[in-house]
Amino acid sequence: MAECGASGSGSSGDSLDKSITLPPDEIFRNLENAKRFAIDIGGSLTKLAYYSTVQHKVAKVRSFDHSDKDTEQDHEPPYEISVQEEVTARLHFVKFENTYIEACLDFIKDHLVNTETKVIQATGGGAYKFKDLIEEKLQLKVDKEDVMTCLIKGCNFVLKNIPQEAFVYQKGSNPEFRFQTHQPSVFPYLLVSVGSGVSIVKVETEDRFEWIGGSSIGGGTFWGLGALLTKTKSFDELLHLASRGQHANVDMLVQDIYGGAHQTLGLSGNLIASSFGKSATADTEFSKEDMAKSLLHMISNDIGQLACLYAKLHCLDRVYFGGFFIRGHPVTMRTITYSINFFSKGEVQALFLRHEGYLGAIGAFLKGAEQDNPNQYSWEENYAGSSGLMSSSPELCPTQRARSGTFDLLEMDRLERPLVNLPLLLDPSSYVPDTVDLTDDALARKYWLTCFEEALDGVVKRAVASQPGSVDAAERAEKFRQKYWDKLQTLRHQPFAYGTLTVRSLLDTREHCLNEFNFPDPYSKVKQKDNGVALKCFQRVIHSLDALGWEERQLALVKGLLAGNVFDWGAKAVSDVLESDPQFGFEEAKRKLQERPWLVDSYSNWLQRLKGPPHKCALIFADNSGVDVILGVFPFVRELLSRGTEVILACNSGPALNDVTYSESLIVAERIAAMDPVVRSALREERLLLTRTGSSSPCLDLRTWSGPCKGGHIWALGPLASQSVSLSVCSGADSPVLT
Amino acid sequence: MLKLGGGGGGGGQDWACSVAGTGLGGEEAAFEVARLGDPGKGGCRGPGWGCAGIPNSAPGVGMLQAGAGGPERGGQGVEEVGAPAGGGEERPARHPPAPALRLLNRKPQGGSGEIKTPENDLQRGRLSRAPRAAPPAPGMGDHGGQPERSAPHAPGTPAGAGAAAVNGLLHNGFHPPPIQPPRLCSRSLPGGGDAAPPRLPLQPELQPQPPPPQHDSPAKKCRLRRRMDSGRKNRPPFPWFGMDIGGTLVKLVYFEPKDITAEEEQEEVENLKSIRKYLTSNTAYGKTGIRDVHLELKNLTMCGRKGNLHFIRFPSCAMHRFIQMGSEKNFSSLHTTLCATGGGAFKFEEDFRTIADLQLHKLDELDCLIQGLLYVDSVGFNGKPECYYFENPTNPELCQKRPYCLDNPYPMLLVNMGSGVSILAVYSKDNYKRVTGTSLGGGTFLGLCCLLTGCETFEEALEMAAKGDSTNVDKLVKDIYGGDYERFGLQGSAVASSFGNMMSKEKRDSISKEDLARATLVTITNNIGSIARMCALNENIDRVVFVGNFLRINMVSMKLLAYAMDFWSKGQLKALFLEHEGYFGAVGALLELFKMTDDQ
Repeated sequence: MAECGASGSGSSGDSLDKSITLPPDEIFRNLENAKRFAIDIGGSLTKLAYYSTVQHKVAKVRSFDHSDKDTEQDHEPPYEISVQEEVTARLHFVKFENTYIEACLDFIKDHLVNTETKVIQATGGGAYKFKDLIEEKLQLKVDKEDVMTCLIKGCNFVLKNIPQEAFVYQKGSNPEFRFQTHQPSVFPYLLVSVGSGVSIVKVETEDRFEWIGGSSIGGGTFWGLGALLTKTKSFDELLHLASRGQHANVDMLVQDIYGGAHQTLGLSGNLIASSFGKSATADTEFSKEDMAKSLLHMISNDIGQLACLYAKLHCLDRVYFGGFFIRGHPVTMRTITYSINFFSKGEVQALFLRHEGYLGAIGAFLKGAEQDNPNQYSWEENYAGSSGLMSSSPELCPTQRARSGTFDLLEMDRLERPLVNLPLLLDPSSYVPDTVDLTDDALARKYWLTCFEEALDGVVKRAVASQPGSVDAAERAEKFRQKYWDKLQTLRHQPFAYGTLTVRSLLDTREHCLNEFNFPDPYSKVKQKDNGVALKCFQRVIHSLDALGWEERQLALVKGLLAGNVFDWGAKAVSDVLESDPQFGFEEAKRKLQERPWLVDSYSNWLQRLKGPPHKCALIFADNSGVDVILGVFPFVRELLSRGTEVILACNSGPALNDVTYSESLIVAERIAAMDPVVRSALREERLLLTRTGSSSPCLDLRTWSGPCKGGHIWALGPLASQSVSLSVCSGADSPVLT
Repeated sequence: MLKLGGGGGGGGQDWACSVAGTGLGGEEAAFEVARLGDPGKGGCRGPGWGCAGIPNSAPGVGMLQAGAGGPERGGQGVEEVGAPAGGGEERPARHPPAPALRLLNRKPQGGSGEIKTPENDLQRGRLSRAPRAAPPAPGMGDHGGQPERSAPHAPGTPAGAGAAAVNGLLHNGFHPPPIQPPRLCSRSLPGGGDAAPPRLPLQPELQPQPPPPQHDSPAKKCRLRRRMDSGRKNRPPFPWFGMDIGGTLVKLVYFEPKDITAEEEQEEVENLKSIRKYLTSNTAYGKTGIRDVHLELKNLTMCGRKGNLHFIRFPSCAMHRFIQMGSEKNFSSLHTTLCATGGGAFKFEEDFRTIADLQLHKLDELDCLIQGLLYVDSVGFNGKPECYYFENPTNPELCQKRPYCLDNPYPMLLVNMGSGVSILAVYSKDNYKRVTGTSLGGGTFLGLCCLLTGCETFEEALEMAAKGDSTNVDKLVKDIYGGDYERFGLQGSAVASSFGNMMSKEKRDSISKEDLARATLVTITNNIGSIARMCALNENIDRVVFVGNFLRINMVSMKLLAYAMDFWSKGQLKALFLEHEGYFGAVGALLELFKMTDDQ
């Protein structure tokens, strides 16, 4: 813990009465490897962006050289595992109050070792105010970037790269935060940036946008006027006051003018006829809370109204809001949403962004990094390193705020290649990979959060066991435990912190946290062993299948697919059984399958279909390693191949639980090919293709496909196949639906 | 309507106005000036007596106190109040040249006023196309006494909905529809797209013994005749009030008949007389009631009677005292119907009934606003035009108030700025829609000003605002960008954040009240301008008419709005203003009184 000698009282930028100590390894992470900087200095907040490389361990698998001995007989593992260092790119964003800027610049200066850059991209109104300070402290030349261009670039970037970036806010509904699913195309849209003033921008394409208007009544008005009226200094305090006030004491409402008659006239008596109208006629004192609330209503309504008028004029029905005025404050979002609904009669949708505060910084960074083509990559939000939404909301419990409210972080990892929607998706915009939204189901949320909490010990143990040679494994595992535990607690209070809460996002967060502490693949050993055991059984299974008649064989194959699925360490019930009884085998699993009809049973349709001409091409998503992929999936693949169907077998790009990874699947396929001529020739003739899903998550998301796209030729399997083969088991409900 | 090119000053204006009681009156008015005005120009300038002759207020006698005292002291009290103004002599003294007065007064009595013929109408039509500022042509004097003639004798109306509304006005005799093509779309019957047809239904009213309209039933003809025989009975009983009870201000228009005959004078009940004298001889009532003398419409013919229309306002919080006064003055004995609009008409209806035994006739405020506006514009402002705009709005040095002819007002965007703001798109006399509104209006300006500066009245707030500099309070584009934000064509002097400088404590501590008042005014005004401009774009309307009491004595806002409309639309939008900015709702309510009586 080094001291970040900033002073200030956390939430109030004006008082300098106490200094704070911050753990810089939690805030300016990877600063020593920072390559490039950008900074966005707004009226009250500074957002620093830097690009750095992260060294972390990855588990690699490699075949032994078996050329001259029969592997069938020995008891060695089928392949070797090595942990290697890998360097990946990461984008860091840190947000803090302007009060800390000098201290932060000092800190950065002291920790900046490896950078070669000579410039820093700067945007925002404060860029020119702090130019000299930055140049002096960092010895970097300040390159000023256009505010609006940065904002739009940043907005496009987050909308493209962060699946659950935008949300609608509806106070009182369940859930209050409803996240917009990934849109294949977000254009055109209206961006309303509410900073000190308001800018209204129509965005038509990635880089074509038009400033169509603005208003001077914005965040600065709320703050300035609010400070005058209430003698309150800080913005957050004002919002806090507002959240406790009654605007009807200050505003003249319709019912004040019409008396009780508004009901008979069909008017809503609570409509504000004149903001602050009562303070003109009465000589009473008004409470600070009431005035702050009235002011907030006045400004939010006005912004909403103008946004609507512009949206209508330009025929747009989606308005994204950004800027420092919003900052995830529920009371602000509520009034803006209300106003938009009211003035547009529901025709215009108000959307807020989880990372609205970072748009300018992201844009400035992208401007500076244009030669690196950051847009050709896909980026993924790192849940381990990012603060959740509303970390600075005054409505959160104070303890939570004190810790995270001062600094807010966002980290994004660069993925190896750009991800696209799986071309097979019929309607990508309506595809929702997760069918259970834990944000709106409080009971399910509690259940799953408890599950993950209870499973944490096991994960920690496994993580340590996966790195027997490492001296600090136990220590790192403990840090992992703490981090993930904290995340789970955050999610208990703010289920919306990282978008819609799902079992997938809980698993992803765990993977991110594990990676963070260099446990790239805690299940590598388990998978290695399972794969070895299963490979030994492969030929026996094939023989018994071949001995069956055609129809019997089809049923056996499907049962095999289903039975294989049982071998999922992600499912708590299964992992308990596997832990206690390692000998629990494939046959037992098959026996334990219920007799048909199954819960979702389209086997008859499937059989009928098999009697017809062969499918042209099948896309199969593999799940667990070991028995599942080797004894369940491969025999099924083999059957399809012998029918003349081409098969694409998609596996996770990176490790996740005991799911088979792409690199493992290559070795497994190679070993099977050595035993089976059908698979061998198919591989050689490329009728069997192995590919990556683009995911490192235990749950399938077809929106981030990185595999090959064979034009329109891919024929996916029917619902039965996709359901049984795909990774639906972990939650039992994440069934992706293919065409 | 540019009725008089500035040449018709002097007392004659009043006459012009009375003649102009018809919607077409503009040109006639001019003629009247030529004929009657000249002799009067010398000593009888309206304002001269209007203001100087009457004490501003009876000392110590508040509006309500006076009202309360009225019944007890009977006529005496009123005489006391009126005494300083010249007591019983006031009427002749108030009148423009006697000959003209007599001429006009005689006519309704004689019942043989001159007839408006189609020829006359044609004549007018032609003349109206002549340059407006040109001196009126002589020899047209026979128009003088006509309008009031037509009113009481107006025939019954066809029952058709659209026509009824229009004819309702016609009955009252002050608002004949347009006759010549250029005006058709402005004030014609809905659907009266052709030049000729609208004229036909006019004829009956324009002739003393009209052949009943072809489409009238025998029963209607009968009724018509009865009415014409006792025309006066169809008028509502005096006093004639129209009321608009808003959130902050109550606007009251009062028609003071000036053609009262000796006989009538005798018949006039005491408390009616006392009301008349009290209202007309004072310019302030109680602590807060004000008569806007400068807005008075003189020698107006309404519902066949000639008189002056007075404009009075008082704060809505005095409403209860007002009702109390109505009760104490035994107002209900006058059998008058009180036509009221605005939210207060609903809010106070119960109180009017229970406390003062008065039945309010409640009216839609937007209807009243539009009808009142069209009416006042049609009669003009004592010979001057009601509507104006600012020339060179973007150049402070050359920016000048100019008359604007609103003959053909449609479509217009009507922005009514009271406590809050309503924005209407008006496509014809009775085809309009409320587009939107905002709660940031006059009430917000005053409310915030009171909180920020400790001022207490609108006048005080505006006075401070006039002296202040908002750029000390607001954050300008140049404060953020160091200059213009060229990429978007934003000038450095544009306001980026209203009150944005007040985020800094040092600046908060050093700011003056005047600057704060100015910033509040500018913020509210610009915001209204911005919303109005967007509405105009969305509705595809290029004329924006700003009305409402927020603009009262508020040149800063008017010029700002004129500037904003012009600048941001690159000259496409025009901001228009009206002299009687806040009173149209009340006038509209008064018009309903006549219509109502007519419908009975």
